[in-house]
Amino acid sequence: MARWTTRLTAHRSAGRLTAAVLGMAMLAGCGGAKVGGTTSDAGVKTSGAAKTSACGTFNIADNPWVGYEADVAVVGYVARTKLNCKVVVKHITEQVSWQGFSTGQVDAILENWGHDDLKKQYIDDTKVAQDLGSNGLKGVIGWFVPPWMATKYPDITDWKNLNKYADLFKTSESGGKGQLLDGDPSYVTNDAALVKNLGLNYKVVQGGSETALIQSFRSAQQNKTPLLAYFYSPQWFLNEVQLVKVNLPAYTAGCDANAAKVACDYPAYDLNKIASVKFANSGSPAYSLVKNFTWTNEDQNVVAKYLAVDKLSDDAAAQKWVDAHPDKVNAWLKSG
Amino acid sequence: MTAATALAGARGLPSRLSRRSLVAIVLVAWIALFTALRGHNTLSLAASDVTGLHTRLNDLNTSVGADRNSNPLFLYFFNEIQVGATHLVTFFQSLISQPSSGRPLPLIGWLGVVAILAFLSWIFGSPKAALLALAGFLFIGFQGLWQPAMDTLALTIAAVLVSLLIGIPLGVWAGVSRRFNAILTPFLDFMQIMPTFVYLAPLTLLFLIGPATGVIATLIYAMPPVIRITAHGIRSVPKETLEAAESLGSTRTQALLKVMLPMARRTIVIGINQTIMAALAMVTIAALVAAPGLGQTVVQALESQDVGTAFNAGLAIVVIAIVLDRVTTAASVRVESAHREVSRREARLRRPLIAAGAAVTAAAIYLSYTYQLAASFPDHLNLSGHRISLDLGSQIVRATTAASNWAQRNLHSTTDGIKNVVTYHGINPLQTLLDSSPWWLTFAAIVSLALIIGGLRAAITACICLGLIIATGLWQDSMDTLAATLLATVLVMILGIVIGVWMGRSNRADQLIRPLLDAAQVMPAFVYLVPFVALFAASRFTGVIAAVVYAAPVAIKIVADGIRGVSETTVEAARAAGSSTWQIITKVQLPMSVRTLALATNQGIIYVLAMVVVAGLVGGGALGFDVVAGFAQSSLFGKGLAAGGAIVLLGILLDRTTQAAARRADASAHTFG
Repeated sequence: MARWTTRLTAHRSAGRLTAAVLGMAMLAGCGGAKVGGTTSDAGVKTSGAAKTSACGTFNIADNPWVGYEADVAVVGYVARTKLNCKVVVKHITEQVSWQGFSTGQVDAILENWGHDDLKKQYIDDTKVAQDLGSNGLKGVIGWFVPPWMATKYPDITDWKNLNKYADLFKTSESGGKGQLLDGDPSYVTNDAALVKNLGLNYKVVQGGSETALIQSFRSAQQNKTPLLAYFYSPQWFLNEVQLVKVNLPAYTAGCDANAAKVACDYPAYDLNKIASVKFANSGSPAYSLVKNFTWTNEDQNVVAKYLAVDKLSDDAAAQKWVDAHPDKVNAWLKSG
Repeated sequence: MTAATALAGARGLPSRLSRRSLVAIVLVAWIALFTALRGHNTLSLAASDVTGLHTRLNDLNTSVGADRNSNPLFLYFFNEIQVGATHLVTFFQSLISQPSSGRPLPLIGWLGVVAILAFLSWIFGSPKAALLALAGFLFIGFQGLWQPAMDTLALTIAAVLVSLLIGIPLGVWAGVSRRFNAILTPFLDFMQIMPTFVYLAPLTLLFLIGPATGVIATLIYAMPPVIRITAHGIRSVPKETLEAAESLGSTRTQALLKVMLPMARRTIVIGINQTIMAALAMVTIAALVAAPGLGQTVVQALESQDVGTAFNAGLAIVVIAIVLDRVTTAASVRVESAHREVSRREARLRRPLIAAGAAVTAAAIYLSYTYQLAASFPDHLNLSGHRISLDLGSQIVRATTAASNWAQRNLHSTTDGIKNVVTYHGINPLQTLLDSSPWWLTFAAIVSLALIIGGLRAAITACICLGLIIATGLWQDSMDTLAATLLATVLVMILGIVIGVWMGRSNRADQLIRPLLDAAQVMPAFVYLVPFVALFAASRFTGVIAAVVYAAPVAIKIVADGIRGVSETTVEAARAAGSSTWQIITKVQLPMSVRTLALATNQGIIYVLAMVVVAGLVGGGALGFDVVAGFAQSSLFGKGLAAGGAIVLLGILLDRTTQAAARRADASAHTFG
């Protein structure tokens, strides 16, 4: 029995081998394009990398949100096509990016949201990084509701009315109170203190990720279910659903000095760029590109839409924007 | 022999009955005291608060980062490992995935890789396995994911190779030495249960951002299975065989090499199989530290909630896993049959075939080295003017997106109802009992339950683990996680028994369901989290469901195996005596697989715990969220580390208790069999 099976498989394998050999002979016979030939796509793709001149290698940290990816797409594209840099994009989280300054693996962060503790550790204490100033983006953090709610309950955008609507926001997670959903844990919010100090009948529930937050808002708008959640701009999702901000007591300088006592809205953030000191001293033209790089929330939203909604590749999205905005790009390329 | 088992039975049966009433007494007393003392001494800690221990762990992390460039430990130890790991990965990448030696493409193109995989699957496995490897990897090409899939394969090969080089010798040692095994076990528990998120950021300080850290994170998680299973294989070599070898005058080394290793070969191959599966489970996590591959595709797709693209990449991981699983399983069968029934004639026939196969493979490698078409996977072919599209990927993406959107629109109200029922009647009461009782009451109740279910040793272990959990400063979060874990395990066991019995009794059901189970185990959780949040909102229930999806397959497989293991003659006898199918299942097959059920529960719990962090990403809160926040925020690193420790402690507590219960069940089950 066993012998019979072997013979059978032997025959079958032999047949398959012959077919395979024939197939390959045909492939070779056709004289297909050879690897490394001038016509191959792959050859064209890497030719940029081969011509590294004064710029050398430029390591950009790419943090996991679409807006940041838009920054990297455009800056990386300009560095590669105008400055002949070999651009290496590293997909890592914020904390890991800062660590990259001390190990010499990251040259620049293009969009930093606050992170005072990391600033202290890497800029003030170990002095491996430096602040390159604003990238032009204005970060807004706060509490938002889906647009259908703002239409149906126009006064919900004033924090004083939140208690009136607390029942709407009850969920299985909020223990009988209204739910305030927090999301991306990479930013320390004041939300628990705010709820307490503003005397709100709400409970902060940890959504745990940006993905969970965006999906919750998308469902809330689609199914017309109530949702009050922490969110921020610029964010590509705001192109899809125009979330409405709830106004907390206005921010005044220093009103958030004591984290436990805070009872005011979040400040507007100037998002900034961080570079490694080593990179700054290297004389790389990419450094002055990063230093000069500045654009607006609208600019970023356009490129983010190309990426997230139109599904363009990073390069295609960047090229489309760069071709349409030569003045801005030229300003970034000015030396000094 | 019979007297001993009879005695064990006599002791086992009545004590099992009274054990049940003891459990009831403990529960009633707990609930009564809880009602009176609710909310006192609960040791709660707010989400953004930290304890002294957490701050000290933070400082430790900062100081490691600060003197990484001067510390000799780094200069001469970690850096060397980093360089070695990088070289290893780069070597495999230059072969199959990345441009190398001045070429725009890797040395071996898709045709060569497919030929090598099919050839190896055929020699070490079976013709069927070779066909599966061929079809599977061509499918990945059609998905449009050849290049990232090869990066994943290169990384996986590197991690598995190192795991086996270190793991098999350690496993053999643990198999022959009880003492070494006892020392090793807690380390293995730690490596398997401590969430990768906890040490991923510090790992990049030790081994830098990039593939080296990806490989090292992967092998920490993937090495324990091969160690444990190898040790188990060595230990299972019958004493009589060893004694026979020794009486014939073999030395210890000879006995090991000539008797134990060959006899444990099949088990060791199963260990290799499990290590490969574990390594593939790490693909998306490795992507978070810039390791290349399919994980990158998944993570980036989810930035824009692109479920379709993420699923397509996840599917490629599933295909790789199923191919490697079936090939290694076929290899383990061959290993077993090889030294039994290979005749000279077969060996003679096989040799020229292997030579021919090798020649064809070499030809394929050459072609894929030289010709564009055989090197990079084409997305279309031009045959006499007709353009034939080979792009399956975008269709998969479209179909998945459509299905996901449909489910979100149409199922929401039903799924929301299910979530509310389970949360209000399951999660909330259980969680409140555990986390709002005074800590000493919950402590005493859990230790008493461990004593009743598992015995004295289990109770002592529970006592130590709970004490250490208090020391982590995360008592209340731990109790919340425990509540979710217990509930998820109950759901896992319900599924495990229902589907496992079905599969155990019907081969056709088994064939249909098994690939789905494999897919659920290997598909990155990140892929299905978006639709899950859409259906069940960001909630603890979504976390529970994610854990059930991941853990149920293991329990189902084990139960099915146990049901199939019940002897045919017993079942036939029951049927002849006029038992209905229901009676056969409940009175014969299930009671006779008590040990298997206990094992399934044990594994179910361990797999549920592996998903605590994923649950934290979708509203699960508690320890999972602490770990996630610690990965994202350097000021919460210490708290995340402590939370990881608490998860390990919960794991050890539950594992030791259920294992002790399994041993007891085993002892009493033997009296029936």
